[in-house]
Amino acid sequence: MRDVAIIASAQAVNTATTTATPVEMLIPVVNQVLANAGMARSDIGFWCHGSCDYMTGQPFSFVSAVDALGAWPPIIESHVEADGAFALYEAWMKIQTGEVDTALVFGNGRSSSGDINRILTLQLDPYVVGPLWPDDRSIAAMQARACLEAGVITERAMAQIAARNHHNALTNPVALRRGEHSVEQLLAAPLVASPLRELDCPAHSDGVTAVIIAAGDRARSLRARPAWIRGIDHRIESQNLGNRSMTTLPSAVIAAQKAGVANDKIDVAELHAPYTHQELLLTAALGLGESTSINPSGGALCANPMMSAGLARFAEAAARIMDGSADRALGHASSGPWLQQNLVCVLEGE
Amino acid sequence: MSDDVLRIRTPIGIKYQYSAGPRVSSHLIGLMEGRFVGKRCPSCHLVYMPPRNGTCAKCGCLLGEDVEVGQRGTITTFCVVNVPFLGQTIKIPYVAATILLDGADMGMQHLIQEVEATEVRMGMRVEPVWRPREEWQPSMENVLYFRPTGEPDAPYESYAGQL
Amino acid sequence: MAERCAVIGVGQTQHTSCRADVSIAGLVREAVDRALASAHMTMADIDAIVIGKAPDMLEGVMMPELWLVDALAAAGKPVFRVHTAGSVGGSTAIVAAQHVTSGVHKRVLTVGFEKQSDGNAMWALSVPMPFGMPVHAGAGGYFSPIIRSYIKRSGAPAHIGCMVAVKDRTNACKNPYAHLHEPDWTLEKAMASPMLWDPVRMVETCPSSDGAMALVLASEDVADAHDGPKAWVHATAMRSEPTAFAGRNQVSPKASEDCAADLWRKAGITSPIDEIDAVEMYVPFAWFEPMWLESLGFAPKDHGWRFVEDGITEMTGRLPVNCSGGVLSSNPIGASGMLRFGEAAMQVMGIAGEHQVDSVRKAFGHAYGGGSQFFAMWVVGANKP
Repeated sequence: MRDVAIIASAQAVNTATTTATPVEMLIPVVNQVLANAGMARSDIGFWCHGSCDYMTGQPFSFVSAVDALGAWPPIIESHVEADGAFALYEAWMKIQTGEVDTALVFGNGRSSSGDINRILTLQLDPYVVGPLWPDDRSIAAMQARACLEAGVITERAMAQIAARNHHNALTNPVALRRGEHSVEQLLAAPLVASPLRELDCPAHSDGVTAVIIAAGDRARSLRARPAWIRGIDHRIESQNLGNRSMTTLPSAVIAAQKAGVANDKIDVAELHAPYTHQELLLTAALGLGESTSINPSGGALCANPMMSAGLARFAEAAARIMDGSADRALGHASSGPWLQQNLVCVLEGE
Repeated sequence: MSDDVLRIRTPIGIKYQYSAGPRVSSHLIGLMEGRFVGKRCPSCHLVYMPPRNGTCAKCGCLLGEDVEVGQRGTITTFCVVNVPFLGQTIKIPYVAATILLDGADMGMQHLIQEVEATEVRMGMRVEPVWRPREEWQPSMENVLYFRPTGEPDAPYESYAGQL
Repeated sequence: MAERCAVIGVGQTQHTSCRADVSIAGLVREAVDRALASAHMTMADIDAIVIGKAPDMLEGVMMPELWLVDALAAAGKPVFRVHTAGSVGGSTAIVAAQHVTSGVHKRVLTVGFEKQSDGNAMWALSVPMPFGMPVHAGAGGYFSPIIRSYIKRSGAPAHIGCMVAVKDRTNACKNPYAHLHEPDWTLEKAMASPMLWDPVRMVETCPSSDGAMALVLASEDVADAHDGPKAWVHATAMRSEPTAFAGRNQVSPKASEDCAADLWRKAGITSPIDEIDAVEMYVPFAWFEPMWLESLGFAPKDHGWRFVEDGITEMTGRLPVNCSGGVLSSNPIGASGMLRFGEAAMQVMGIAGEHQVDSVRKAFGHAYGGGSQFFAMWVVGANKP
């Protein structure tokens, strides 16, 4: 395997609504990540994009994103109908083949274009579940309820997660939601989808994340302390809501094992857990302990630009390696109801 | 077997709010005033009318200053649509053409009417027929269609680079 | 640096306008089961799955790979989703091959599908957007003006599109999986076919199909141990360019020319017409056969139509193109590119049945999408690269 590292990232400030077109949102972030890396467009060997037509409300919506890349002369480029973190996985593989040494990956999503809670319903079995139109919150609430009843989590623990993430987001300039909340205040808040309260649910937002990765000496020449990808793997599990565990995440367990999470201690973990109870499930599945700082950015609770939020976790985790504040970090991205799909990446300084 | 359920109908209804984007705004305002306002790329200096999604795709940059282009233009290429489909708003057969407006550097799509489909040619000069002013919206649909001006055809070389 | 990779399993569905007998899951499974059988494998042997399809709005299921996990017995495995417009079937096969050539996995299943009858494709491909003028009428409305430009530039006679259509429809009669089996086409009858998007006649357009194509890709050690036909991946290439900018050549986009040049270089091919024995090219409208012959370097500029007229692209010609019947005879959009890639592999493996060309050593698979702006290509061969 070739050594590959994240060497730069950029994120748009997350917003609740946007008047710009998706491609107008992309251009400043693409320019910024190139500037952060000290690279020109012509230095990029491969481009990979993650987005989703149903979020934009337009078939082939990713096509216009090519307009943001200055794809002339033509470029080597691909697109995943998934979070930008999966675009990073494809780019990492492309570098492994030896065809290219650098890649710019990005994910973008405008949650405000439609009712995101309702749009996500379209991910469900179209015959027997989808036609009932359970929305994303309701599906998540079913999982939280099952976890509470099984004694895997408590409402107080969920409130502690909400309090910590919103506190952490105070220092994150791109977060949409932030603030100081006591656990008691949070527990006194009204239920929005029992047992979930508003701050147990993600702050859906419009956002863009871009990341540049590079191989070996190329990475070293571009960044004093690159965030080396030491392990990366993704796994999926059944979506059948009546036939899968509501209280464990076997796919995350396998991905963590394949990525070598347990080989050494993790200083910082950025988890793409849109709901508070999901952070608890993930922390357990990934085997993270007290010594790991979780979601110093505030995570998806404080800004969840779908299709960009997973890659944002990678960017945040890599930033802690690159600035020297962590030696070993974990980035995580998820997709599907109940964290059905999990992508885990272990990053290290040299 | 004849009683088996082979298909079910599950309607999907989702509302979306689309953004024109700030760079397309002056173009839409122009349409409300009966003018064609495009934008110039600050890098390659070519004029986009309409300004698409606010970008010059070749340069990968945001478009710059407004540029008003002419009302008349040249048909660079076209097709005669003779196939019905769901959501179609125009009676078939009709001519859908790529029109290069005078002063613009990229063609745009519109209808050609007031001429038999068999008479439409590449290079034909055309002009817009606007809806009554009181019906104007911020939309290219303010132009009902384009029709021939009767001028001599533009030479092939003048638009060959646009094909 | 890259590991070697070979196609050791190919499976496709019966393509038709409405597969009411199966769900999306059943359709995908039909292709997957056939591919696994030809690779002498079961799902348990598969390390990772790569899925491609065109817009989710065609069926109304968002990111359907999530729901299809059970149908694919994929729980606990990596499932990866690709979407690059019409080229997606080709891009998906390339991403799947990279799962092997990167050294990450040894046995990779890839599948492309579309169940167009579950939704309304013409609607999904022409959703009217605000602010503009809704003059388009599906893909035909987009591509026919480009075809007109080619005819004008090359001086091609009017019957070339019909010649391609008659050839592909005739070839399709030798392919039991093809959607259209129409043996009675003649040039005269084709010329009488109604104009849908003038200059494009109905016979020159592709059908709207339900269908799926699956491939099993293996690392060198797995392929060596496989007791059955195989097609080695000699080279892959992808290129993209924007849909529209001032002065863009849409008849022969630079991304197409660059992609082909890169592919031939990587595959060590200096004269494509002499070294490629079978071509599976993405031709959704008949006129694209001569256009791509030129763009890809098989024919000199403005001579592609002469290749058609001289019968060079017939199954018995010097450069057989689309012996399977091509996209003109079956078009499950998300699978169409992978059908081209897979049919190319089948020619090398010698398993194409009645539409098999004699002694194919190297074959070319091709897909494109968007506004002729996304390109994916591969060369597969009987010998190791």
